[in-house]
Amino acid sequence: MTSRGARRFYLPDVVSGVALTAGHFFRNMGRHLAHAFGRPGARGAVTIQYPEERRPYSPRLRTLHRLVRREDGSPRCVACMMCETVCPARCIYIVADEHPNPLIEKMPSRFDIDLGKCVFCGYCVEACPEDAIRMDTGILEFSSYSRAGMVYTKEMLLSLEPAGPDGVPRSPIPIPADRKP
Amino acid sequence: MSTAADLGIAFGRVAFVMLFVLNLGGLLTWVERKQSAIMQDRIGANRASIFGLRLMGLFHPLADAIKMLTKEDFRPARADRFLFGLAPFVSVFFALVAFASIPFGDTLRVAGREIPLQAVTLNVGVLYVFAMLSLGVYGVMMAGWSSANNYALLGGQRAAALMISAEVAIGASIMGVIMIYGSLNMMEIVRAQGNHLWGWIPMWGIVTQPLAFVLFLTAGIAATKRIPFDMPEGESEIIGYFVEYSGMKFGMFAMADFLETVVIAGMTTSLFLGGWQVPYLFADGFRFPWGWTLALPHLAVTVLQVGSFVFKVVLMIFILMLIRWTLPRFRYDQAMRLGWLGLFPLSILNLVLTGGVLLLWERV
Repeated sequence: MTSRGARRFYLPDVVSGVALTAGHFFRNMGRHLAHAFGRPGARGAVTIQYPEERRPYSPRLRTLHRLVRREDGSPRCVACMMCETVCPARCIYIVADEHPNPLIEKMPSRFDIDLGKCVFCGYCVEACPEDAIRMDTGILEFSSYSRAGMVYTKEMLLSLEPAGPDGVPRSPIPIPADRKP
Repeated sequence: MSTAADLGIAFGRVAFVMLFVLNLGGLLTWVERKQSAIMQDRIGANRASIFGLRLMGLFHPLADAIKMLTKEDFRPARADRFLFGLAPFVSVFFALVAFASIPFGDTLRVAGREIPLQAVTLNVGVLYVFAMLSLGVYGVMMAGWSSANNYALLGGQRAAALMISAEVAIGASIMGVIMIYGSLNMMEIVRAQGNHLWGWIPMWGIVTQPLAFVLFLTAGIAATKRIPFDMPEGESEIIGYFVEYSGMKFGMFAMADFLETVVIAGMTTSLFLGGWQVPYLFADGFRFPWGWTLALPHLAVTVLQVGSFVFKVVLMIFILMLIRWTLPRFRYDQAMRLGWLGLFPLSILNLVLTGGVLLLWERV
């Protein structure tokens, strides 16, 4: 406890503050050195080196959508428009078409998701009666220089695979045709 | 022949100081980022790479410089064209030349020549450093005024007020040091710090003038305009005197602050930490007070002295950075009160005390 008078000169508090930060510096510096000289367990920082090093994703995490395929590779989607109707961001655009198989009523000829609008609420997944759309690819890093580049088409969404353990994506991020490098 | 050699030696002395200060100033941008990161349990900038070589982020200053140089150099339409362009150069120039009279080693004797290891040998070295540091205020005020921006003008005013209150305290606190060592020549002051009190305590300024050391350091940090005295321009909140600057001119103001940090570290080293002195190292080698001796050749002694100076400057910079990344900003009125009602009267008190002690010392 320092008295008011001593505190007016700021010095006691300055010294205790500098002692605290210097303690952090030397402790972390020692750990960095230990890390550099072959003690990988000694980490001097809580930072994760993001692109190279990732923390595991929860399996419940909602990531980039994918369209589930049938045995023959065609989409399981029957173009019932449930997801398009429930979508609060109105980012799904479906054009229905007739399916060659008479037992299946319809299929989407277009199924676009505008990821620039999507809010990742997951309502489309819940609304789907056919389990045709899922958000389990583990892909979060999609970006584009244009709005058009954020629109993912049926073919791109169909090509995706579910994520592996710890949410590691198993398929590459699909690149729209008009995206600049 | 002899003139050419003299010219070469003079050039070498200036080049050493110039390169030392400039490189240290450039490196400080990296030190600042890395040191703050380690203090805050982070890793810090480490992404810039050349051919995959990262070197702990040492290329970031280089990348910064390239970025600054290739940015648009914008000048407001109503700005004073001449002063607007001149201001950053004035700031950097005076910060750079201030280091010239700070000695980085004792006299070097090579081939019958005596070379003082100091860029410029000045009888009034201390006053020269002050003059240069004070002239730095002009760059700041020019920048604030010539931008034709009211916020910049106010920032320049704050900077000028802060720097003047700091300079006064610096000048008054150093008077004690000058009284003790009896010289305004930096080389003489450093040489006098090689004496020992009662035969074993090095007579460094921090021993003979502890109060002046604290006052000088505080005022010196204020003179660099960095946190905790960054009210001229607070990076995140307060618009300062260089709002209207962009590109490398903006970078030069940031660099001037770093150079001033180096100058303050160099002055603290020379005036309070014994400059190039190594404890118990004399011109002919080590002579410890408990009787051990170790004779060293002249060149080895000089190398040890220059190394000691560089080490002390780097240590001081580390401490200045530590303080900069620890303390929150003073409010403007607090900084003014600290400068005029805290540091300045205490420096005068220190002066009186020093005078009294010196008088008693001579009587005893």
